[in-house]
Amino acid sequence: MQGSDFVGQLEAAVPGAVVGQTMEAIDPWLEIAPEKLLETCRWLKESCGIKFDGLQCITAVDWCEPDPKKAAKVSWEPHTELVYHLWSTASRASLVLKTKLPRWQNDEPGQIPEVASVTSVWRGADWHEREVYDLSGVNFVGHPDLRRILCPEDWEGYPLRKDYVMPLEYHGMRGR
Amino acid sequence: MSQLLDDDQRIIEFDVRTDEMLVNMGPQHPSTHGVLRLVLRTDGEIVSEMEPHIGYLHRCAEKIGENLTARQWIPYTDRMDYLAAMNMNLGWSLAVEKLLRYEVSEKARHLRVLIAELNRIASHLVGMGAYGLDLGTFSPFLYAFREREKILDLFEEACGARLTYSYITVGGLTADLPPGWLERCEQFLDQFEPVIREYHTLLTTNAIFVKRTAGIGVLSPEMAIDYGCTGPVLRGSGVDIDLRRDGESIYTAMYDGYAFEVAVMKDGHYPRDHEYPAVPTDAVLGDCWHRFFVRMLEVVQSMDLVRQAIDRYSQCKGPLGEPLKLAEKLPAGDAYLETECPKGQMGFYLVSEGAAIPWRVRARSSSFSNLAVAPELCRGCLIADVPAVVGSLDIVMGEIDR
Amino acid sequence: MAEFLIETIGLPSWLAWTAVAAVAAFLILNVIAGGALVFIWAERKIAARIQDRLGPTRTGGRFGWLQSLADGIKLLAKEDLMPDGADGMLFRLAPYVSFCASFCAFIALPFAFDVVGLRLNVGVFFVVAVLGLEVFGVILAGYASASKWSLFGAMREAAQVVSYEVPLGMCVVVPVMLAGSMDLVTIAEKQAGWLTNWYIFHDPFTFVIFWVYYTCAVASVNRAPFDLAEAESELVAGFHTEYSGLRWSFFFMAEYGSMFLVSALAAVLFLGGWNGPVPIASLLGWSDGSSLSAPYAVRLLGCANLMGKATAGVLVMMWIRWTLPRLRIDQVMTTCLKYCTPIAALMFAGVMLWQLFLPGGLVPGSRHQAAAVREAWLEGRGDRVPSTNVPLGVVPATSRQVVGVSQ
Repeated sequence: MQGSDFVGQLEAAVPGAVVGQTMEAIDPWLEIAPEKLLETCRWLKESCGIKFDGLQCITAVDWCEPDPKKAAKVSWEPHTELVYHLWSTASRASLVLKTKLPRWQNDEPGQIPEVASVTSVWRGADWHEREVYDLSGVNFVGHPDLRRILCPEDWEGYPLRKDYVMPLEYHGMRGR
Repeated sequence: MSQLLDDDQRIIEFDVRTDEMLVNMGPQHPSTHGVLRLVLRTDGEIVSEMEPHIGYLHRCAEKIGENLTARQWIPYTDRMDYLAAMNMNLGWSLAVEKLLRYEVSEKARHLRVLIAELNRIASHLVGMGAYGLDLGTFSPFLYAFREREKILDLFEEACGARLTYSYITVGGLTADLPPGWLERCEQFLDQFEPVIREYHTLLTTNAIFVKRTAGIGVLSPEMAIDYGCTGPVLRGSGVDIDLRRDGESIYTAMYDGYAFEVAVMKDGHYPRDHEYPAVPTDAVLGDCWHRFFVRMLEVVQSMDLVRQAIDRYSQCKGPLGEPLKLAEKLPAGDAYLETECPKGQMGFYLVSEGAAIPWRVRARSSSFSNLAVAPELCRGCLIADVPAVVGSLDIVMGEIDR
Repeated sequence: MAEFLIETIGLPSWLAWTAVAAVAAFLILNVIAGGALVFIWAERKIAARIQDRLGPTRTGGRFGWLQSLADGIKLLAKEDLMPDGADGMLFRLAPYVSFCASFCAFIALPFAFDVVGLRLNVGVFFVVAVLGLEVFGVILAGYASASKWSLFGAMREAAQVVSYEVPLGMCVVVPVMLAGSMDLVTIAEKQAGWLTNWYIFHDPFTFVIFWVYYTCAVASVNRAPFDLAEAESELVAGFHTEYSGLRWSFFFMAEYGSMFLVSALAAVLFLGGWNGPVPIASLLGWSDGSSLSAPYAVRLLGCANLMGKATAGVLVMMWIRWTLPRLRIDQVMTTCLKYCTPIAALMFAGVMLWQLFLPGGLVPGSRHQAAAVREAWLEGRGDRVPSTNVPLGVVPATSRQVVGVSQ
């Protein structure tokens, strides 16, 4: 879908946004610097030739600190990856953006990472970001109403993180 | 004493003020399609604000998916949109096949089309019947279920289950059709065709139904796209997108050679609209009536597709092919695929790091995005319009909460 | 009957009258309660048939004929719940208010010539007024339940019923105008004879106004498509959300009672009351001349006629309910204020003009025949006909009054 000239345009419009790209994958993707994410998204929706007016999905993938025994085998650095699936309703083109966040902000466990919210670009991002915040623990700065959406509001922890441990008890109900 | 008098006066002033009222519609409410909770801020009968609260049916499907192999997760997709479980199975199977770069046999392809389209009819029947229920008429619901029952009987014959089928699976289907099934399916289609006219009489053209739906909850195409609405909701707003025609090649290849017209209004006309009741004069493109009508058109469209699929399937001679191993190793990488499910575009995303069990599973639910737009549609409408609007989005809570 | 008790048995007159009242009340109560049982069963069966189902089939052996009784026992055995925040007294009172209003209205309803709880010379007025009281029960229930849904239901009911009283009143006035009396018995009597004598066929305007009346009647008893007070897809169950068991069933008895009542009222006002389409009684010679040769048979026939017509009305209401979607509250009000009221007013004027210029109908003499039959009937029952039937300002040619004032 996206050729190198497209990446060049993006580079020209938002300098320093693209920090990596993989064209040979099944769904080719661009890696975007987290601090440039909002700017990139706005450009993609409003200014670029193919107007990516639809946000299909936001996914957080937790690449956790591996078990010491398996550490030698794994190929990744611990991080949380946000995957944005975009598409254009006019040309049906689709685009995958990935951005890498630390698992914990400033490496302090319990401090969830931050990234700019894209609700100002696509209003549909509202619930998707709430879901990511709820289940994977990413703080979307600038989100109008960042609350848990699927879990109860007083739930603790982020269930879709790999190191999540189900609580023993919730309001008197057995959890495990 | 004087203070008391002051108090009294204030109370008198206070009494004539009208207050806004917060009302909880759901999670136990007859017309919220499951365990949806809508918090309404009402001023008399007028809803000034509506906020959906979801999550009552959250069953951690994505987390479970991280502990099962791709094929083992099929039954969990059944329980997402349980009214169109075949389409859910298909969506997940295709996403995994996309990652595996696997292609099913020709016979399996046509059988998948047949089954998925038949399930689309069943799902739209429930959507239509339940919508009648939302508007206060009970009979169309039972008429719809009468026909759906026959589809479920067919499915039961094919795979043994009536609701959660797990029939379409990674690499094909779990079993071939039993002998005589195609004839029974054709019989069903023949007797079902005239019944659709009954539905049009009972609902589509009913004066009260039109009054309750035409011009209510108008969703502009821009807003629909902005909120990520898909499926009949998007097409009801006049956006000409159907993934069966416009989707990724692995999905459109399935419908290769099938003839169908996307059910969307173009230049003021629906495809083959001379065969259907005329659009009422007070209906605005994007309102509840159009969303409903698009579904009714898709029922007919799916019937055509099923007929074509029966033709093609019966011409295929070779074997159906075996599904993949239960613990088929997935190559490292990720794949995202959206398919056109009855409720909208259902996306499945899986990340693998080389094991049989995916590292991360994600389901992008169509009802989730479709429901997100409901607060916009309900602003300033009457209480009675809330079920009309939410019903016209045709949501399934199993899919929203996963 | 009271005379019989006083003169033959020698009871004191107060006791005799109390006994008579008790008997009448008992009979009417049975009509309501028995009617509700039958109608609930009928509604189940009809709804089922409309929806391509069977409905109850086993209770009581065949056709599920005991189903309503089984329902009743279930309701009796149910826990009687009251919400914590509810206003206890009003909450308990509400179902009885509704039921009593529906019950009281039956007092003035004539089932046949002599079969009437109390013959009132303002019968029409009484029935409509008392039936309007039913709304108080609903408002009390909604207010006392301490539930927002109930309150919504009650407010809707109040708005709806009060509005629909207007066109309903206009429709009811038309037969009163034609008969020259507010006495239900007199109104029905004046429609004696052939089918063509019924007020619905009196002139085109009455034909229209009958349908307006029926629409308003459906609305005023809260049946679909006007069942907004209990709209289950919006308000859970509206005003009776918090009710259970016997109290809830009182609301239902009241609803079915009022359904029957408004249909019976339609029958009396427009469909000839207890007079069948063919004057069998006069043709058989039972009621011609000076006396009724078979008075009880005639009365039974009359009762059957009226009950049949009222039941038909109720069945049509059921048919409507299981076919149509529900209207929205603003549309209900529009129907009332923008359509029913002007049409009723126009038709009222039309009937008035018709009476002025075409009192004998389009075909001269056709009504005379019917009038003769009626006159014979009235004369034959001379001892029974009170003087209220002879209004002031008589127009002797057809004995039909343009504007009649009773007494």
